[in-house]
Amino acid sequence: MDYARSDSVRSIKSAKIVVAGGFGAGKTTFVGSVSEIAPLRTEAVMTSASEGVDETASVPGKISTTVAMDFGRITLANDLVLYVFGTPGQHRFWFMWDDLVSGAVAAVVLVDTRRLADCFAAIDFFESRNLPFVVAINQFERTHQHSPDEVREALQIAPNVPVISCDARSHESARQTLIAATEHALSRLRTRGTGMRRVVAAPAAPAGGPHQRSDLG
Amino acid sequence: MTEPEWPAAEQQPTARPRASLARPYSWTEGRTRPAIELPIEALVRTTPEGNAQPFNRSDARSTLIQLCLRPHSTAEVAVELGVPLGVARVLIADLVDSGFVTVLDTLGEHSTWDERHDLIERVLSGLRAI
Repeated sequence: MDYARSDSVRSIKSAKIVVAGGFGAGKTTFVGSVSEIAPLRTEAVMTSASEGVDETASVPGKISTTVAMDFGRITLANDLVLYVFGTPGQHRFWFMWDDLVSGAVAAVVLVDTRRLADCFAAIDFFESRNLPFVVAINQFERTHQHSPDEVREALQIAPNVPVISCDARSHESARQTLIAATEHALSRLRTRGTGMRRVVAAPAAPAGGPHQRSDLG
Repeated sequence: MTEPEWPAAEQQPTARPRASLARPYSWTEGRTRPAIELPIEALVRTTPEGNAQPFNRSDARSTLIQLCLRPHSTAEVAVELGVPLGVARVLIADLVDSGFVTVLDTLGEHSTWDERHDLIERVLSGLRAI
């Protein structure tokens, strides 16, 4: 595909935003709240070197795992559809996220303040991929409400990364979170000015790199 | 040593469940990597040539051609066909090869600043309007 044609500015008809966070942080709920359709679930069969994964001793050297991803759709205009993808919850599937984040407009890291550490993997990954993201504290009922400042401090989030509160069950709140993520992506892009060809995604490693690979992703 | 002759009656019961388990991958003839980059959010659209193909309900590619008369993303194609993403990618890539479907542009590593800026602005104004 020719991405670089100058007349193709308006030819992009679909975009995606990635929603990450620890297991149980509310990703699927969030996706369901903003989606115009019931969230869909697709499966990908992943293979990866099994180094560091201890439950696949029976298949030395390689593991094959099926991971499920939930996603929703929002028709934004007659020539633009936005897909919202929830990352697979388990950290050990991080290697699959390359496929998810490549070409994403922005990302949301959903935080459950009862399990703050669960979102480290997502934050590290988005930072390493240079993908603009916001941290959204999902306000669960009957839990102590942590302020964005407390969470920023606890997670050592850079000052230029927005930290906001949201209610993943609310369409309006989830929509506002997506707006915040997209605004952040836009302002970061503008800060960097023209002439940058690679802003969101870092240059890709050669396909099928040494320890990350998605044969069927 | 000669191959034992399997009675057809015995072969049938075991062959059937195996065939059904293997089906998505047999559609792709065991291939797991598509020939082209295919983002999960990329829209797939049937071409006039694809639309002219006779419909065969038992053929996954034919089903895909019908489905994408209205554009569907790679991820949606996988869901609609009931196959893993990788299988959907191989099927779509085959149909692109045959000229029966086309894959619409998405943001990518080689997108220009203008393309990125335009898309993000369109997403933002769309999100604000819904």
